[in-house]
Amino acid sequence: MKREIPVAITFIVGTAYLIAYFIPHEPFNYFENWFNDWFAVIAAFAIWLGVLNLIKISTIKIVRKSPDWPYSVLIIVSFIIIVFFGFYEGYRGLYANPHYSFRDPGTSFDWLYVNVYTPLSATMFALLAFFVASASYRAFRARNFEATLLLLAAFLVMLGRVPVGDILTSWLPHQYQLSQWANWIMHVPNTAGQRAIMIGIALGLVSTSLRIILGLERSYLGND
Amino acid sequence: MKLNNLFFSSNSSRFSLIFLLFIMILLINGSVFGQDKPVLSDSLNYDSIITASKPLPPVDIRVKDEPGDAGGVIDISWKPSPDEKNGKVKEYLIFRSKSKSGPFKEVGNSTVGVTSYMDNKADLGVGFYYKVASFNFAKENGNYLWKSMGESEVYGPVKSTAQWFNIKRLNIFIGIIVLCGAIIYFIFAAKSGKSFYIRKIAGIEEVENAVGRATEMGRSIYYIPGINDMDDVQTLASMTILGRVATFAAENDTRIDVPVSRSLVMVTAKEMVREAYSKVGRPDSFREDQVRYLTDDQFGYAAAVDGLFVREKPATIFMIGAFFAESLIIAETGNSIGAIQIAGTAMPAQLPFFVAACDYTLIGEELFAASAYLSREPKLLGSLKGQDFGKAVFLIAIIIGVILESFGIPFSKFFMAH
Repeated sequence: MKREIPVAITFIVGTAYLIAYFIPHEPFNYFENWFNDWFAVIAAFAIWLGVLNLIKISTIKIVRKSPDWPYSVLIIVSFIIIVFFGFYEGYRGLYANPHYSFRDPGTSFDWLYVNVYTPLSATMFALLAFFVASASYRAFRARNFEATLLLLAAFLVMLGRVPVGDILTSWLPHQYQLSQWANWIMHVPNTAGQRAIMIGIALGLVSTSLRIILGLERSYLGND
Repeated sequence: MKLNNLFFSSNSSRFSLIFLLFIMILLINGSVFGQDKPVLSDSLNYDSIITASKPLPPVDIRVKDEPGDAGGVIDISWKPSPDEKNGKVKEYLIFRSKSKSGPFKEVGNSTVGVTSYMDNKADLGVGFYYKVASFNFAKENGNYLWKSMGESEVYGPVKSTAQWFNIKRLNIFIGIIVLCGAIIYFIFAAKSGKSFYIRKIAGIEEVENAVGRATEMGRSIYYIPGINDMDDVQTLASMTILGRVATFAAENDTRIDVPVSRSLVMVTAKEMVREAYSKVGRPDSFREDQVRYLTDDQFGYAAAVDGLFVREKPATIFMIGAFFAESLIIAETGNSIGAIQIAGTAMPAQLPFFVAACDYTLIGEELFAASAYLSREPKLLGSLKGQDFGKAVFLIAIIIGVILESFGIPFSKFFMAH
């Protein structure tokens, strides 16, 4: 039964989704919302599993003084601070006149969000610029014919995307200027490649979904 | 001549002045040109709108039930009013009534250039009458200085009904039937003992070697299942691959760590890894902290994974699942510590990053094929063959479409539109 019930649920839900996509009539048109609501409810409960797992593993690390245990202290302290201020401001907002949310501008929770979380997130995102540069450097090394082609295409696209590209080729007719070359590379070979990948992905999605709905692929249940 | 003399020198001059003043007063009040100048109105009482500046109504109005829906929607379309070119139409107003004689109530509007409206508040099974009006107006400080409207005839009644099949998705339905039929056929063929040639996929072939490398180096393996939840097929595919990778790791008694960003993924991944260790007879080797939840936050997760990579320096990293902007941040950090990296995603925008930063990349469909490929089960391999059949159908359709379009036959456009 441990196998059969999940497989049966998967089959019923998967088939219902598929039917609802083609049959808009009642009650099929409600299926998607029903299942999405159920998923949201299950996921909302499951978040506590994640949080408890994080606290449990971090606490064990601290108690055992495992390598890098100070990071676990940081996790727990940060967690407690943000949860405390979230509940504190939520409680105050509930009894204030007029009511306000813990996320409203001016609350201590919002202060932490704006002054701690946002800069940290932005910092991680900003790192992407440096990683793009280092990855591009490796990818564009002209080691073979394909890499040289890639380098050339990248060079033309980058130059065509900035004003200097057109200034350099201003003596040419408009349709032969670098920006037009860049547009052609992006709209023709690049789009063709992307679409080929998209078609493959769509077929793979259908195939995988069918395997899962029919119960042929059960390894995700932990027992294959 | 002095100005005073010009007007006040005689009775006729005085009369001229009075006449001029009278004309000016009339002009200001709009009495003389009232027929051409629209009436001032500060309310939305459309019955009082003057006829002089009335634009011609739109033409060729069609009202029909929206096809292929659950009901409650009626489509209204029209061709532009001839006065649109003269700038006399600023909007089109759509009116609705349950009775042909009215009263009609405005249910929506659309700007000039848009020639259709979708009334999605039509009660199911109730007949409605519609009329469309060309609307011209002038506003100042948000208030109407004047307004004018040319109404069409009344059309209807039209009832919205719920359909049992969405005809607009007929092409998808045919495609799904053909593809699913092919997949099921090849699955049965495989079950009956027919063997298929499956092309080698470098990234998947290297999975065992990558695990072996970690074993030889005495370091751990990291498996990153992306940042989407279990409702994403990519995550499901990733979980099936995790099962195979964890089995290889358990066979080699090599530690595999799975930091995740979703609670449900954590629960599933934990079950997969525990099962893999049990299957190879090493249930005691599994540790609870091998699969751990970090955070739901995208960049928080990327930062945590980067930190783990830098501190623990794993020998092998798998990044398989749905990735977004964090893909390159994680992959480049993995590259910087010298780990062998195998990535796979169906996110086209992230594929170039993985190709640049990883040793092997499962591109799109290869991600979905990986589980079947690794399992070597005939019925799963049969499904891959069905997938290839679908690809062949697409290829033929593209070639036919290109030929027909080149000769000016818009068959493919017709098919895509329906």
